[in-house]
Amino acid sequence: MATGVKPRVKVPGSASAGEVITIKTLISHQMESGQRKDGDGNKIPRSIINRFTCDFNGENVIDVTMEPAISTNPYFEFQATVPETGEFKFTWYDDDGSVYEDSKSVTVG
Amino acid sequence: MDFTRRETLAMGAGAALLSFMPFRANAAAVDDLIAEFTGGAEMGDAGVELNAPEIAENGNTVPIEVSAPGASAILLLAAGNPTPPVAKFAFGPLAGSQTASTRIRLAGTQDVIAIAQLGDGTFARTSKTIKVTIGGCGG
Repeated sequence: MATGVKPRVKVPGSASAGEVITIKTLISHQMESGQRKDGDGNKIPRSIINRFTCDFNGENVIDVTMEPAISTNPYFEFQATVPETGEFKFTWYDDDGSVYEDSKSVTVG
Repeated sequence: MDFTRRETLAMGAGAALLSFMPFRANAAAVDDLIAEFTGGAEMGDAGVELNAPEIAENGNTVPIEVSAPGASAILLLAAGNPTPPVAKFAFGPLAGSQTASTRIRLAGTQDVIAIAQLGDGTFARTSKTIKVTIGGCGG
């Protein structure tokens, strides 16, 4: 079980219709690869976030399948089109079944 | 025991082949992953870009950026890692551009491969050698 998982997302608060904005996300997570060994030589079991998705008003922006080779505290930077006022929804799926969510609204004005 | 020159040479070749085996197994795994993604289709060179440092001091967190205009998905592989797959980016209808950056782990100096499925259904491949000073798999 991963503890202290905290998502952080940076999205501009407003945009013009159809504008392409840059989104940065970071989530604090151990991302235990399953390759490391503890002091007694036992393998530490894998525990990672295996999927990240970003949606805007129900439409998909990006869907990332993650493997153990993604660094601790997974960071993603990508671009999204904003057609109207709405909400970005970010979802991270953990190996242990936990789902971490965050959302940010953007106003088109 | 007497060895003829021929036998000695054969043994040497066998030993050399054996020492290459782990690397070959990994290369086969990479080929399998690529075939799974492309369905065995031919791959072009143009249309996908991989941005990464030439030398990464710390293999635990290597910044990397992939972009492929018009692509629907990009597969990222690290050929020299214990498990070669790194990530797969699938772009939805609202993606502003087919670009993504993240940070990855690399076990050592190796080739990183990016394969993109372009808008017209064809595939493009690029790779880049990254030198790693300190490996990132904590073996």
